[in-house]
Amino acid sequence: MTSPLRRLAAATTNTWRPALVLAVVLVAWWVVAARQVVPNYLVPRPEQVWQTLTGQWDFLMRNSFVTLWETILGFVLAALIGLGAAVLIAYSKTMERALYPIVLFAQVIPKIAIAPLLIVWFGFGLTPKIILAVLIAFFPVVISGVAGLRSTDPELLDLSATMGASPWQTFRKIRFPNALPHLMAGLKVAVTLAVVGAVVGEFVGATEGLGYVLLVANGNLDAPMLFADLFLMSAIGIALFAVIEAAEALLIPWHASRRAGTPLTTS
Amino acid sequence: MTAAAIDITGLVVTFRSKRAQTTALTEITMQVEPGEFVTIVGPSGCGKSTLLKVVAGLVRPTSGTVSLMGQQVNGPQKEIGFVFQRAALLEWRGARKNILLQAEIRGLDRADAARRADQLIELTGLQGFENALPHELSGGMQQRVALCRALLHQPRVLLMDEPFGALDALTREQLNEELNRIWRETATTIVLVTHSIAEAVFLGTRVEVMSQRPGRLLRTLDVDLPKERRYAQVMSDPTFDRLASEIRGLLGSGANH
Ligand SMILES: Nc1ncnc2c1ncn2[C@@H]1O[C@H](COP(=O)(O)OP(=O)(O)O)[C@@H](O)[C@H]1O
Ligand SMILES: [Mg+2]
Repeated sequence: MTSPLRRLAAATTNTWRPALVLAVVLVAWWVVAARQVVPNYLVPRPEQVWQTLTGQWDFLMRNSFVTLWETILGFVLAALIGLGAAVLIAYSKTMERALYPIVLFAQVIPKIAIAPLLIVWFGFGLTPKIILAVLIAFFPVVISGVAGLRSTDPELLDLSATMGASPWQTFRKIRFPNALPHLMAGLKVAVTLAVVGAVVGEFVGATEGLGYVLLVANGNLDAPMLFADLFLMSAIGIALFAVIEAAEALLIPWHASRRAGTPLTTS
Repeated sequence: MTAAAIDITGLVVTFRSKRAQTTALTEITMQVEPGEFVTIVGPSGCGKSTLLKVVAGLVRPTSGTVSLMGQQVNGPQKEIGFVFQRAALLEWRGARKNILLQAEIRGLDRADAARRADQLIELTGLQGFENALPHELSGGMQQRVALCRALLHQPRVLLMDEPFGALDALTREQLNEELNRIWRETATTIVLVTHSIAEAVFLGTRVEVMSQRPGRLLRTLDVDLPKERRYAQVMSDPTFDRLASEIRGLLGSGANH
């Protein structure tokens, strides 16, 4: 059994490294800005950014939530559509031939180039941002989903045939759980890309959201606001990534990727 | 006279791919009577796995017929238990839940299945490991779980494809003795494929010797030993030596062709 103290110690040993790196970066930033190595309208001092963050907290939070909401909707849709496409591709050769070119095309087309078109079609509202987030995020879900569903051990499929399993039983009890580790890796990539999609949408045509705020701050040469905005965008990406990591820990505690490094203990 | 448990007549299996055509089995004819324990021994790649898969309805014969308990096989067979070379366990399920997969998919009565799973766990000495995940089990333990799963629905016929091939010699002998006991207690018809001559003679009431690919049946040897077997006794029995050297001779001469 781990005591709270032991757990605290473990948490500290795990966090001191990134904390140190962060501290070094902050100090370097502060030195560069305070000594005016680069003028402050290009690189603001950390405390200026802090003042903007706290001073404009409500304004920034309102816009953060707009971006967060677009990202979450885009991600969830990307996950559902991506998984659906992955199942069709993994199960049917015809579907594979029909869908793969479309999936690939949607992936290689530069999203920033079609963003204006989407604004023309769907206006300045939520829809074009969500579509962009979906377009950017669903590719890794499809690829990881197909890889996962195809990686089922043929012996397991033979086994389920000798048990008289229906295709749905084979999917639910064998293929899908088996695909989860791959799929979770794809979802982690997808969630960070969904943020990019939402922000790109806001760049091209929006009246709110962190992307819009960034454009305005850029126009005003408001470096502290720009930095504060970037900081919040990263925070959204990191927070959503952490949510997927937590979901992974719950869903696939059995997988090698999650038990690597666990010390051998006798229970 | 009841129908043979397994009846194979003139079986040929040829695999075709774009580039090549492989004949895995040729002109196999054999019967297995209910309650028999038939072992099939042959060099690796001679078509042993293919033969079991044809009986299970997982591979279609190119020609010839196969029937299982009087019914012609054309499609996956549910009335059997199958134990694979690798244990083929679901790595996200504990031992007991892996065994119960059989019941879930077949829609067996939950309480009955749970009771039977516990019996099998006891029979194979898995107590204390009910909730262990496959990666926490040794190779021998994993195969015990696979065996329990294959026996859960009380199949009349059990097909085993080199189930102990990946185990060390000691564990293997131990599991052979357990399997002998389970066979005697459950009266299941068993067909077990192996490339170990000792295992084939120890377990079988009858040994079928297969040739190199394309696999043919070279000879049938009846094992004239008591049903209940222990390695210590069997290994010192002159019958064992005679059969083992006869099989070795057959497999050796097969290799020269
Ligand atoms: N699905 C398949 N497609 C093509 N060739 C196969 C297939 N399964 C087995 N074979 C070939 O058939 C031969 C016999 O294989 P197998 O039955 O696995 O042998 P064994 O189990 O005795 O080692 C081998 O040459 C193998 O390459
Ligand atoms: Mg084999």
